Amino acid sequence: MKNIFKIAVLGVLGLFIQSCGNGGSSDQKSGAITGNAAERVYVAPGEHDEYYAFLSGGYSGNLTVYGLPSGRMLKEIPVFSQFPTNGYGYSEETVPMLNTSFGFVPWGDAHHPDISQTNGELDGRWVFINENNTPRIARISLETFETEEIIEIPHSAGNHSSSFVTENTEYVVAGTRFSVPYPQRDMPIDEMKGNFKGPLTFIAVGDDGRMKIDFQLKMPGFNYDLSHPGRGDSHGWFFFTTYNTEEAHTMQEVNASQNDKDFIAAVNWKKIQEYVQNGGGEEIDAEYAHNVFDHSTQTATSTMENKVLTVDPREVEGAVFFMPTPKSPHGCDVDPSGEYIVGNGKLSTDLTIHSFSKMITAIENEDYEGDAYGIPILNFESTLAGTVKEGGLGPLHTEFDGKGNAYTTFFISSEVVKWKLGTWEVLDRQPSYYSVGHNMIPGGNSRKPFGKYMISMNKITKDRYLPTGPELEHSAQLYDISGEKMELLLDFPTHGEPHYAAGIPADKIKSKSQKIYRLDENEHEYAATSESETKMVRDGNEVHVYMTTVRSHFSPDNLEGIKVGDKVFFHVTNLEQDFDVPHGFAMIGANTSELLIMPGQTKTITWEPKKEGVWPFYCTDFCSALHQEMQGYVRVSSQNSNVPLKWTLDDEEIN
Amino acid sequence: MMRSISFFMMTFLLISSSVLIGCKDNTNESETPSAPAEAENNASSNKGQAFIDDDSENPNALRLAMDSEDHTTLVAAVQAAGVENALVNVGPLTVFAPTNAAFDKLPNGTVEDLLKPENKSKLAYILKNHVAPSNYPIDMLEKNIEKGRTLYMASGENVEVSKEGEDIVVGGAKIIGTVKVSNGWVHVVEDVILPKE
Repeated sequence: MKNIFKIAVLGVLGLFIQSCGNGGSSDQKSGAITGNAAERVYVAPGEHDEYYAFLSGGYSGNLTVYGLPSGRMLKEIPVFSQFPTNGYGYSEETVPMLNTSFGFVPWGDAHHPDISQTNGELDGRWVFINENNTPRIARISLETFETEEIIEIPHSAGNHSSSFVTENTEYVVAGTRFSVPYPQRDMPIDEMKGNFKGPLTFIAVGDDGRMKIDFQLKMPGFNYDLSHPGRGDSHGWFFFTTYNTEEAHTMQEVNASQNDKDFIAAVNWKKIQEYVQNGGGEEIDAEYAHNVFDHSTQTATSTMENKVLTVDPREVEGAVFFMPTPKSPHGCDVDPSGEYIVGNGKLSTDLTIHSFSKMITAIENEDYEGDAYGIPILNFESTLAGTVKEGGLGPLHTEFDGKGNAYTTFFISSEVVKWKLGTWEVLDRQPSYYSVGHNMIPGGNSRKPFGKYMISMNKITKDRYLPTGPELEHSAQLYDISGEKMELLLDFPTHGEPHYAAGIPADKIKSKSQKIYRLDENEHEYAATSESETKMVRDGNEVHVYMTTVRSHFSPDNLEGIKVGDKVFFHVTNLEQDFDVPHGFAMIGANTSELLIMPGQTKTITWEPKKEGVWPFYCTDFCSALHQEMQGYVRVSSQNSNVPLKWTLDDEEIN
Repeated sequence: MMRSISFFMMTFLLISSSVLIGCKDNTNESETPSAPAEAENNASSNKGQAFIDDDSENPNALRLAMDSEDHTTLVAAVQAAGVENALVNVGPLTVFAPTNAAFDKLPNGTVEDLLKPENKSKLAYILKNHVAPSNYPIDMLEKNIEKGRTLYMASGENVEVSKEGEDIVVGGAKIIGTVKVSNGWVHVVEDVILPKE
């Protein structure tokens, strides 16, 4: 039966490839590119890009900032992972940001950034991003480009269908990709079916951005994959794709593809909000961390919360419905008008588009084809607006250009496909290099997309760049979508694995971008806002060093009286008040990272000296012409020595 | 029951012609770096994953078929339908590859008809009915039979899998050989799996 065939791998095919210059010969020009592509992505030295793009860093745990159309990486913002580059997650001030109910978690899997909205349009206040592995949502300020807040999602696992915001940023949502016992308990895995739950969490966002879990919707134990809010007429609703409605607990690769259709869950959050405001729901025990970075103290605090409000969707009349959607839908995208809800059936060739207005009629007519755990399933035909036929193979995500067109990525057939809303006809298709996951048009999942550029974020890089061994960075591609056909303009490497991105016109945020931290607003507990305030204070075996930096010295720069076995806290304040004059701080043998301190900031790193001697520290950032002179010494004496604490600058005692 | 099938290198002639075609476009483009904006956005060197040389030990499903003298009809059909890239993806894919003899069993003129440009989407649909976006080695197929699971094909159809004596039959087509490829499995089948639609 199982014949093993002789396989003749052809060297000849290799020859064919090489002769075409695909192997990276320098004179190669890409045939898919129009002649003036370089001009169209060229941003001259000193000029700025037209758009910001925030790309999820995937398993880097962070968020990267790019300029479009140049594809230049502008910054990596640490969010869920320690970042030795600037000390995030190592410094005493930021360690609490990575605290969870499981303790300190130094890493995360960042997925879907989404920019805050007002009236369904990008407002550029914050960007949210979810963490999939230890379910969390972070909020990043678009003034400081720093992570300000992280909230853990209790009773959830695989926080994938987030962090999308409602039209006025009333809520940011979090879903559950891996349904779990609710609340967690010890039980046999094969009793999953009917006993696990997939909670959908609605986190209220205050005017100051502060997040607070409002309620958690106790949904059946399916996998909740992606989501997007309603907008326009459908504002007040949220749509979530589900798969594994089979509730398979093993070998989902096969067992989760048995049902012909899964669902898009339509959630009327306004109804549930009212229900909750009127005292509905049940408060249950929970344990989750809420971490907030305070800009005045420049210090994060972590608070452990212990209650969450849970809502049974069946208790709220007319709040939750299922729309059958073929073939394990992945992306769940809502067009700018809010009328069309696109289900990207990832094992299909087709896209299924539901109509919001038809959905409302079907609900009014109780046009049900059954129920799932008491949640009505709407008749498939009744909500169906149309199908994009033969779009490609393996549709994942759809974005919109605001001109009546939609753009869908197809993973298996490795292409991006442009199609028309309403007629569902395919207008154009372009290959992607290779195996595209997400695409992004700035504002492409809001009421007002900016339909000039689209980027595709590709999962496989292969031969696109000079080879760098087996491990490659992923690749993104920039298309000009202003014309009838999409035009590929540029490849650029991306960091980690960008699962999604959010883009915004640069002029919406660049003027608000903060330049320095004001020293006169620095309320850090251990700040020294002038050299005269610098000192050393011993408290048992802990020694607090209040230190400052300015071009080009530390104060103090000679420290004595430290003993083996001490724990030294270097609280370093950068006294500079000019834009872009950071100083670094690195201490030999420190078991943490360096610090990179922006003007007006105070950061703290600990050092536990293990050996007697005289040990240098220095500035890691080339801050000035005399950067190489910017150093100091710490004298470390034996544990029972009586060398007194002494801190000096230029051989003079301070104070 | 057991039948041995050998795979041979494609003729050098065919390869040479590919080289010529592949390079011609390339040269044209490379010598006109300042071509006007309206220049056609055609893929030539940017052909896609199907054309990457990976040096991997195993060929992918497409290359395996291209290397087989028993699958020239299938390869011609894949090229006519323009679905090459779907067969070279990371997958995992399971491809049920009808032999030339399988295509010969179809009524006279069917293949010629399907290869016409106007029938491109029909042909693509039939070919996708031979590709499952999943990992189905023989033991997995046997498990699917035991557990009564159908195979979901890229066409969107669910195809029955059953056992006839020692043989595994997929959508009426008997598997006569199996090859592990870099992006999944290729099962050689005796018949074309005709879609229900």
